[in-house]
Amino acid sequence: MFLQLFFGYCALMIITSGILAISLRNPVHCVLMVLVLFFHMAGLYLTLNAEFLAAVQIIVYAGAILVLYLFVLFLVSLREELHLTAFVPNAWLGRIIAAGLAVGLIAVIPAFTLGEKGAWTIEAIRELTHTKAMGQELYSTYLLPFEIAGLILLVALIGGLVLARRDEGTGREGADTGDPSQVQPQEARR
Amino acid sequence: MIPLSWYMALAAILFCIGVCGFLTRRNVIIMFLSIELMLNGVNLNLVALSHFLDSVRGQAFTFFIITVAAAEAAIGLGIAIALYRSRRSVHVDTINHLKG
Repeated sequence: MFLQLFFGYCALMIITSGILAISLRNPVHCVLMVLVLFFHMAGLYLTLNAEFLAAVQIIVYAGAILVLYLFVLFLVSLREELHLTAFVPNAWLGRIIAAGLAVGLIAVIPAFTLGEKGAWTIEAIRELTHTKAMGQELYSTYLLPFEIAGLILLVALIGGLVLARRDEGTGREGADTGDPSQVQPQEARR
Repeated sequence: MIPLSWYMALAAILFCIGVCGFLTRRNVIIMFLSIELMLNGVNLNLVALSHFLDSVRGQAFTFFIITVAAAEAAIGLGIAIALYRSRRSVHVDTINHLKG
């Protein structure tokens, strides 16, 4: 009974904060709503006996990724936001597409049947603790994907450095055309 | 015990909220956030299935998805900063041209 109540609370908060996150005007409020959503996702992981993933969800998603978003939001000034043309011409068309997709996805859920059961029952995981079980699987069965994930992180690190680096050409150009005393503080701010 | 279908329905709704945000918003950063929401919906599905199938395969995949999401956030936000900087440098140029 308590589990169902907890699930209902988490589901309600996830859906509410998700809808608020995509509908609020102020981008900072959107990011904070997503933060609330991630905490409740971690709560749901706890109901699924995935303690390690709950911790990773809070540390990596809420702690690192969202801080990166907030940092970029404050770096890119709020008044002149970066806008693209939307993929669909009308906002209501996008909402109708999303609602249709949701109805379709939920309609096919009853047809789902579970496959073959694996070896990691709850008792086996509880005996070994969840973190140790995850570590054993990650470093034995999924060793190659683990290495590839490390490579992806390295590529992302280098790519982020290259993208965010100040371009040499434009900096020199600004120094040539403009007053150097005006250019200097701007470069320092970058 | 919570049935599996509840988790799957919640994951589908979360995914569709992400789709809706990606299609309707025009702010680049909010679009990236919507992608994170979609990834979280998939993560919830994988963790629930791995719990109900007595396997840690889904949780290992979730681990890798979180890695890819971090990489995607780093690259995407780097592109956003580069875009913003190029746009602002255009503004600075126009000011110089007006000054002569």
